[in-house]
Amino acid sequence: MDLHLLSQLNEAREGRRAAILVTDLGSGAQRLVRRGEAPADDPLATELARRFRSGKSGLIETAEGQRLFLTVSVPPPRLVIIGAVHISQALVPMATMAGFDVTVIDPRTAFATEERFPGTALCADWPEDVLASRPLDAYTALAALTHDPKIDDFPLQAALAADCFYVGALGSRKTHGKRAERLAEVGVTAADLARIDAPIGADIGAASPAEIAVAVLANVIAALRKEPEARS
Amino acid sequence: MPTDQITSPDDPLLLAEGWSRAGRKVALATVIETWGSAPRPVGAHLVIDSEGNFEGSVSGGCVEGAVVAEAADVIDSGTPTILEFGVADETAWRVGLSCGGRIRVYVEPVEAAPHR
Repeated sequence: MDLHLLSQLNEAREGRRAAILVTDLGSGAQRLVRRGEAPADDPLATELARRFRSGKSGLIETAEGQRLFLTVSVPPPRLVIIGAVHISQALVPMATMAGFDVTVIDPRTAFATEERFPGTALCADWPEDVLASRPLDAYTALAALTHDPKIDDFPLQAALAADCFYVGALGSRKTHGKRAERLAEVGVTAADLARIDAPIGADIGAASPAEIAVAVLANVIAALRKEPEARS
Repeated sequence: MPTDQITSPDDPLLLAEGWSRAGRKVALATVIETWGSAPRPVGAHLVIDSEGNFEGSVSGGCVEGAVVAEAADVIDSGTPTILEFGVADETAWRVGLSCGGRIRVYVEPVEAAPHR
């Protein structure tokens, strides 16, 4: 491998940027494709898009009989939870167990306490401030769970703008209807609004906070693993 | 899990770059195919230098020795190669996978491209 190419790959990895190293096993020729930078007429465009979603490395054979190995490098998935609420207390350990790097943000210091969230990456600040230093990205899921527009609305907008792979918001249909109106007023498109998982979570009849946490995590995982067209 | 971007100090790709920049002659081994119960997934890396130092893994420790030996040739020749290991192989006597799986490993030199 060309050292220069290896440097570029490592740079992408350290910057939480998804990249795929394509190796022609016959000739040894290699190229690096960063997510979002593959030309539309790339013969591997569909395959690359699929791999960026799945994160899986693997061998493929082209129509011309070339054997290519794709070294897929995607950032570990993150889950940002807005609201140090009861549901979050259940969601944090579940999501951590499932392999997510979890952060909880809540400016209300009565909620965001170490006692309620032992060992958790907890930020008792406004999402505006936290997200400025730790921006969202396409390998981050965001669940807004406070019900409070003052706290939830900004991170929801930011998550849609950053193309987070999952954006969910707690609240009834009525609450979400009002939220959608507010977000539309500040310029969020209808297509983006439709991406918000609300009422939040898989429809499993969840009642308790822990059950709602399961429902939320289920939809986060579905968004991460399933092809967009296969999502219900 | 697609968690191959954990950049710990012993991350093989970071080491491959660091060793190479430090003037060491380096090869990178990558698991490109697995069958049956293979200990390390496709995409797993092992980095090797010409002195036989290595970090990372392509199996549970069963075939690393053989990969390290082959890597010396790859570093010398500058030509990538593909190695296959499994219980059905002749090499199983020496370096088979006790788990019963089979793996194929791509070994390539890491070098500053002369044509650039």
